[in-house]
Amino acid sequence: MSDSDRIESIVTPTRTEYDYTPGPSAQRSLRALAEGRLIGETCPSCNQVYYPPSGTCARCGVATEGEVEIADKGTVTTYAIVRVPSDNIDLELPYCTAHILLDGSDIPFFGLIQECVWDEVRIGMRVEAVWLPESEWGPGAENIKYFRPTGEPDVPFEQFKEHI
Amino acid sequence: MRDVAIASFAQTKYVRNQIHETEVDMLIPITREAIERSGIPKPEIGFTCHGSSDYMAGQSFAFVGAVDALGAFPPIAESHVEMDGAWALYEAWVKIQCGEVDSALVFGFGRASMGKLRETMNLQLDPYTMGPLGLDAISMAALQARALLDAGKISEEQMAEIAVRNRRVAKDNPVAQVTGDFEVAKLLAEPYIVSPLRKHDCPPISDGVSAVVLAAGDAIGRGDSKPVFIRGIDHRIDSHQLGSRDLTVSPSTKLAGEKAGVHAGPVEFAELHAPFSHQEPILCEALGLEEGVLINPSGGALAANPMMTAGLTRIGEAASHIAAGRAGRGIAHATSGPCLQQNLVCVLEGE
Repeated sequence: MSDSDRIESIVTPTRTEYDYTPGPSAQRSLRALAEGRLIGETCPSCNQVYYPPSGTCARCGVATEGEVEIADKGTVTTYAIVRVPSDNIDLELPYCTAHILLDGSDIPFFGLIQECVWDEVRIGMRVEAVWLPESEWGPGAENIKYFRPTGEPDVPFEQFKEHI
Repeated sequence: MRDVAIASFAQTKYVRNQIHETEVDMLIPITREAIERSGIPKPEIGFTCHGSSDYMAGQSFAFVGAVDALGAFPPIAESHVEMDGAWALYEAWVKIQCGEVDSALVFGFGRASMGKLRETMNLQLDPYTMGPLGLDAISMAALQARALLDAGKISEEQMAEIAVRNRRVAKDNPVAQVTGDFEVAKLLAEPYIVSPLRKHDCPPISDGVSAVVLAAGDAIGRGDSKPVFIRGIDHRIDSHQLGSRDLTVSPSTKLAGEKAGVHAGPVEFAELHAPFSHQEPILCEALGLEEGVLINPSGGALAANPMMTAGLTRIGEAASHIAAGRAGRGIAHATSGPCLQQNLVCVLEGE
């Protein structure tokens, strides 16, 4: 066989389908999202509030409990300005991704920030959710289109340094 | 060699479709039960190793989520194998033999029900020459059963008898999934799924988790049951090309059994991971088990086959059998891959 006959790659199509069930905690949280509410859960051991709830406190290795209302406002704990395209994000470049510590939760939530000048995004900035129209709500995090600045005073780093 | 004991064993009840709990939901109580019953305080457990397959969860790095069940803070020493939990036990055993730790938590888990297990198992094949053929889990096993029938080494009636015996014994196993009194003649009247395999020749699809705690040195003998010692353990592998193997025999099981020292003492019973009925006699022959050796006191994988932990469960069930005083020495076996490709043999003995 000459080098030009060499097989360099083949395609073997593969498809697997799944009926994914996320467990009771995530289901409660997803159903609440369809009603425009954010529902977190609390660790009975360390009292940390998790949103979104997976059903477990990874720190303690115990099941989380209760239903805790989480605000759709929060504080930016870190952020990035994204200047490379991604297949699954349909946004104009550049855009801003951020970790947002929602009021009432102890771990940051991932969100997009819009309606602001990129140079002005900063750690400690207060932001609020901008929701899709209610008629378009479903059981998913995409109900929240993005977050935007509220104009409230920044939160000092000392107040959220344990939550980043 | 250090004496390494199985200090405890815990498992879920196995069900066809666990939609009410995630893997982590299942692991929290079972890993905790195994640790508590071992008598070793959780902070003293030196190593944690687990087995699972991301192809069953349908998410890359899904296995990392299992650590959420452990309360791994402060950070723990932890490892994972994309294999049955029996191989996670082997890794932990090696780590204990090296003297690095004196105890280990080992577990395996899976919710095979989320995908189409028959088809998912195609993805373990070589992707160039075998995967594209479309072989699924049952059609691969059927090739092996046909080879055995053609060689005159088994009959369809004997295959049905094996299924009947395992599922009858499993009536005493509270976590088993398919149990009861079945009649060979009625089973043989059922249609083939993939000739020559009928439904009774195939394992159930099972969701569940199981966990074992290993102990050495001062960690031995602190639990609520008698320690059961691993006297030998070895695993070997045959070619992944089905066409290059004689499917009627299992050289890797034979070699693993010899290296593990199966016949260094009397073999009173064996827990064999034979998901398909015809695989049990292949394993018995490879391990040199004579008539009269009790096979699968738990009911084996035909009664419950939690993919990725059915092998670890055989080790746990065998240890429980000895710890309960029902036998003094026996063996446990785990398999992985198509048609018994890879095999692990573990020799267990009471005090």
